Amino acid sequence: MKNPIEHLNKVFDSRIRLGIMSALMVNAEVNFNDLKELIQVTDGNLASHLKTLEENGYMKVQKGFIGRKTNTTYSITKAGEKAFKTHLDALEKMIRSIE
Amino acid sequence: MNTTEQNLEALRDIRSMMERSSRFISLSGWSGISAGTCALIGAWFAIKRINSYYGNEYDYSTACPSCLKNDLITIATFVFIGAFITATLFTFLKSRKEGVAIWGSAARRLLWNTLLPMLTGGFLLWRMMELKEYQLIAPGCLIFYGLALVNGSKYSIGEVRYLGYAEILTGIVALWTVRSGIYYWAFGFGILHIVYGVAMWWKYERSS
Repeated sequence: MKNPIEHLNKVFDSRIRLGIMSALMVNAEVNFNDLKELIQVTDGNLASHLKTLEENGYMKVQKGFIGRKTNTTYSITKAGEKAFKTHLDALEKMIRSIE
Repeated sequence: MNTTEQNLEALRDIRSMMERSSRFISLSGWSGISAGTCALIGAWFAIKRINSYYGNEYDYSTACPSCLKNDLITIATFVFIGAFITATLFTFLKSRKEGVAIWGSAARRLLWNTLLPMLTGGFLLWRMMELKEYQLIAPGCLIFYGLALVNGSKYSIGEVRYLGYAEILTGIVALWTVRSGIYYWAFGFGILHIVYGVAMWWKYERSS
C-alpha cells in the first residue's frame, strides 16, 4: 500500500495557510481585510503566509483600486485547487486507514 | 493516535473556514421572532380595517375602496419598516457578540440574492395593484418571499431554505383561497417567522 503521508502537502501544514486556501476555494476572490478578519491574524503574519502560497503558484494576487484606496484581492490558481484537493484526499485516506 | 486528531482538526478548520468565508451566519433567531411579531400586529390592524370596510361601509354610496387600499398600504409599510429595523438590530447584536463584521462580502451576497427575487416580485405586485388585481397580492408576497429565502439560503444559515419552502407552500395554497388572503399572509409572515426564529434560537443561541 502506498503511504498516504507522501500526498500530504507540506505547504498546508500551517493552519493559517490552510485557512487561506479554504476561503479561496469557495470564493472567486477575497480581499486582504476579509482574510485578516476570518483568520484573525496580524497583517505581517498574514502577508508572509500569502507570499508563501503565491511563490508556490497556488494563489494569485490582483491589485486594484476602490477610489483612491488600494484593494488587493487574492484568488486560487488551477494548481492551487489541485494541490488542495490532493491534500484533502490524503487527509481523508489517513483517517480512513486508522478507522 | 495523535495525528488522527490533528487531521480531524484540520478538516474541521477547513470546513468552518469555507462556511464562514462564504456565508453570513450571524442571523439571529430573535430577528425571526421580532419580524413575525410585527407581521402579526400589522395583520391584526389590517383584518380590523378590512372587516370594518365590508361590515359597515361596503353597502353605502360613501364606500371608499381607495381609502381601504391606502390604509392597507400604510399598515404594510409600517410592518416592513418595523420588521426590518428589529430584525437588523438583533442580527447586529449577534454579529457584534461574535466579533463578525455585519457588512462583509458574505452579507453583501446574501442581500443581493434575496433582494433580486423580492424586487422582481415587488414590481409584479405593484403592477397588479395598478390594474386593480388585488386578489393575488397576498399569495404573491408569500411566493416571492419564499423564493428569495431559498435563493439566499446558500449564503446564510442553511435552515433558511426550509422557511422558504414553507412560505412558498403557504403562498401556493393561498392562490386558491383568495378571500382569506390576509389570514394566509398572517400565517406566512407571522407564525412561520416566529416558529423559525424560536427553532433557530433553540438550536444555535440557547447555550450562549
